[in-house]
Amino acid sequence: MIDFTVWDIVRNLLDAAQWTIALSIVAFLGGGTVGFALLIGRLVGGRSGAALIGGYVQLFQGTPLLMQLFLAYFGLAMFGIDTSAWLAAALALTLYTSAFLTEIWRGCIAAVPRGQWEAAQSLALSFSEQLRYVILPQAIEVATPPTVGFLVQVIKGTALASVIGFIELTKAGTMITNATYQPFLVYGFVALFYFAMCFPLSVCARILERKLHAARH
Amino acid sequence: MPPAIEITALRKSFGDHEVLKGIDLAVQKGEVIAIVGKSGSGKSTLLRCINGLESFQSGRIVVDGDQTVESDPTALRNLRQHVGMIFQSFNLFPHLTAGRNIMLAPRLVKKKGPELAAEQAHALLTRVGLADKFDAMPHQLSGGQQQRVAIARALAMEPAILLCDEITSALDPELVGEVLRVVESLAVDGMTLLMVTHEMAFARRVSNRLIFMHQGRVHESGPSEELFTSPKTVELRQFLGMVN
Ligand SMILES: Nc1ncnc2c1ncn2[C@@H]1O[C@H](COP(=O)(O)OP(=O)(O)OP(=O)(O)O)[C@@H](O)[C@H]1O
Ligand SMILES: [Mg+2]
Repeated sequence: MIDFTVWDIVRNLLDAAQWTIALSIVAFLGGGTVGFALLIGRLVGGRSGAALIGGYVQLFQGTPLLMQLFLAYFGLAMFGIDTSAWLAAALALTLYTSAFLTEIWRGCIAAVPRGQWEAAQSLALSFSEQLRYVILPQAIEVATPPTVGFLVQVIKGTALASVIGFIELTKAGTMITNATYQPFLVYGFVALFYFAMCFPLSVCARILERKLHAARH
Repeated sequence: MPPAIEITALRKSFGDHEVLKGIDLAVQKGEVIAIVGKSGSGKSTLLRCINGLESFQSGRIVVDGDQTVESDPTALRNLRQHVGMIFQSFNLFPHLTAGRNIMLAPRLVKKKGPELAAEQAHALLTRVGLADKFDAMPHQLSGGQQQRVAIARALAMEPAILLCDEITSALDPELVGEVLRVVESLAVDGMTLLMVTHEMAFARRVSNRLIFMHQGRVHESGPSEELFTSPKTVELRQFLGMVN
């Protein structure tokens, strides 16, 4: 058995935590971009477009993220794409995030009263101008708290990427445990690190929410 | 001179519920028309068809001589530059100041420069009696003030025609007067106005022509004074409260 000091454990976990953060950021940015594109698709795509995207959302919300990771990992390989665990995890989490964000944002757009669209239309604004200058500024305000809140889910979701062998915080914890036989200590630190990433975001989401309520009343 | 609005055989249904059953109506430039009728008679639907907020099944609407109402987005955008609309619920953009509410469309659609647009907004706010409210947010304004900003916002596009759908119905009684005075001043200035209203005294004083809608049709129409004093149909008589 190699001798691990507490500092060694922390240092190794810190290294791995960077990958958790990197994967979260990729999932969030990628998922945000795809989610926004889907949102627009839903707005302009007519009935069939909306149904198609609704199905996409249901698919990702109705299956475990773990299965999505497996399918991305083994599915990509099946199509002859040289998969790394990183690529598969990034892809699966991006799609997963896009499905949830597009649904959250759709609700926020629906919360903008119809009269706002009509006023913008009657002023001869084009569809994209209506969206950009009238609807989105109002929807974004409502969307910020739940979006930040969902980022917490994404960060915690990255832990599942450990099962396809991607070395992030959780996987690193398992590996260090196997070397040190100190599971409680190691996973304690792992949990602490997740908490350190998620808690500030939760607080942030709550503050934003309170601000929004204050502005509304 | 072509009419400001020419509506021919307009029919509109929601599902299998026919709401407009063949409307023919020509509005001359500078005319002030009051549309009255019972709830559900199709007044709002008629106004909304004129600026393309509602599509219709058959018939034809020509605005300002050459703008036909159709579903093509570019055509609609052109049309709407000729037709302003003011809503019962004001519909100011809550995230923009009064001034920016007014400037938005001229800047985007008419490509007005920021100084010119701001100058125009100031002038319009002065015209509706709100010279000092340029930087006020909508929620800081009373309902009557918000509606006057909405009027200024519509005027900023320099429309040939203004549609008003019960624009004082959401206001406290003491705020109705200030909005009606603004509308009256527009009428005096020669604006073509098509207004749905429940303010009978106002309609009688300000409008040249009264249109009484009943079950999706123009049931009676004519010079306001004439119709108010001697309505021909039983329905209008009943509507005006002259039973027998
Ligand atoms: N979006 C819609 N979908 C289905 N039916 C509608 C819709 N809008 C209006 N209607 C129906 O069309 C009919 C006419 O409505 P409209 O709003 O034009 O009446 P109105 O004369 O303006 O009435 P009010 O005085 O109450 O405003 C009503 O029976 C109404 O229920
Ligand atoms: Mg109505």
